[in-house]
Amino acid sequence: MGTLSDTTLAALNLLLSGNAELWEIIAISFRVSGVAILIASPPALLVAFLLTYKRFPGRRLLISINSTFLSIPAVVIGLTFFILLSRQGPLGEWRLLFTQTAMVLGQIALAFPILVAMGHSALQAADRRAWETARTLGANLMRAVFTIMREARFGLMAAFLAAFGRIIAEVGASMMLGGNILHYTRNIPTAIALESSKGEFAQGIALGLVLLTLAFTLNALLQHIQGKGQPVS
Amino acid sequence: MRNPLYYFQSVRFIVVGCLLLSGLVNADDSNNQTIRLATTTSTDNSGLLADLLPAFTASTGYPVHVIAVGTGKALRMGRDGDVDVVLVHARAAEDKFVAEGYGEKRYGVMYNDFVLVGPASDPAGITSEQDATTVLKKLAEHQAIFISRGDDSGTHKKELGLWKEAGIEPEGRWYREAGQGMGKVLQIASELDAYTLTDRGTWLAYKSKSPLKIGFEGDPLLFNPYGIIAVSPKRYPDINNQGANALIKWMISHDGQQRIGGFRIGNNQLFTPAADAGAFAAFSTTQ
Repeated sequence: MGTLSDTTLAALNLLLSGNAELWEIIAISFRVSGVAILIASPPALLVAFLLTYKRFPGRRLLISINSTFLSIPAVVIGLTFFILLSRQGPLGEWRLLFTQTAMVLGQIALAFPILVAMGHSALQAADRRAWETARTLGANLMRAVFTIMREARFGLMAAFLAAFGRIIAEVGASMMLGGNILHYTRNIPTAIALESSKGEFAQGIALGLVLLTLAFTLNALLQHIQGKGQPVS
Repeated sequence: MRNPLYYFQSVRFIVVGCLLLSGLVNADDSNNQTIRLATTTSTDNSGLLADLLPAFTASTGYPVHVIAVGTGKALRMGRDGDVDVVLVHARAAEDKFVAEGYGEKRYGVMYNDFVLVGPASDPAGITSEQDATTVLKKLAEHQAIFISRGDDSGTHKKELGLWKEAGIEPEGRWYREAGQGMGKVLQIASELDAYTLTDRGTWLAYKSKSPLKIGFEGDPLLFNPYGIIAVSPKRYPDINNQGANALIKWMISHDGQQRIGGFRIGNNQLFTPAADAGAFAAFSTTQ
């Protein structure tokens, strides 16, 4: 077992030498989480929109429930979907357990409450008058919704990036639902868990570096977007 | 205010994007050829399956998806019909699995053995002992730190059986249940200067990274046979039983057995092929 610096060097070497297995794992991670976030976003934004602009009974309860789901551990989501998707479970007929689709489902469930909560506060922060003006000026519902989404786009983008950052780094649900199958459902977090259990720390660190770089890029992007959103004084 | 077409286009972009991406995901979703094999960490982490399965796929065309967990969980997945075939090592549990009708028939594939590893200083003084039960009694007497898998795996079941054999109820601060895979448990034992029971395969794969040494080995009680069982198509008619049987047949065939015997880490043979030639002949006639 080498020192931390040796391991990190070996990790960089793995990454830069284009180790095929490593890059395949990275590609699987991005593909699964990318699909999950794209599927989760439209309905989540719709819910966030309804929570902001519609007054209906149970609205506050819905917000509380959503906030509760924000702190649900990924393994609990994983276990719930595992039970649902297992052959013995109610959705067993779909034969989805241990597929990328199952991972996508778990990640959608993880991303959804984040998108709703952050989308909700972004829309709340947007100028309500934009909505009223658009409606008064005769914009149809769809168009008015888009106007308001544009108004709140920086906050919504932040929600999108935060949710993506959460699901691409989570291990619990991916491990249970995907089964960590090589070339198929092994993504960055499950590979880190496996490699470190085998004592192969260089691979683990290399993948950890990818996640760190990703987190940094997302945050830098976010800063950049928010900077643009600020009024120029 | 933008032209309404702009919004329409962005909606269309998102929808088409979603479809394209989900196509990417589904493109390599398992087809009905794929065999799902639930097995133990010892066969996967040692690199054995990575050596065997490409040869199997090349000769039969069936791709294999390996899900490596503990024996208990692997059998559970088989029982629930979530996998097509299991390759595990816990004889009593395997026989029960078949007797209860979840599996078709158990075929012996290979064996290796368990070894007791511990700190080089050997504080409990077990290296001079002759049999496994005395070794365990000594560990308990000295309250030497022992890391148990604690995860219902084949190794864990074996360990519990050994304590029972020695007439000891392991408990106390010295007996620690990790609830993790073999590699993790070896790491924990290395860090804590503790003893643990490991299969020889994982130990050979891991020992260059560990300060631990083999403290005791060779007792017939430590024998570790692996069996392969197809999940019963009577219970789950749409399971890939054909693929499962092809895998079993290959594993116990001359080719498969030779590969198992030829698999080495460094200069060490990890598994000894142990399929019954009669079983293979019988298998060939029934298929």
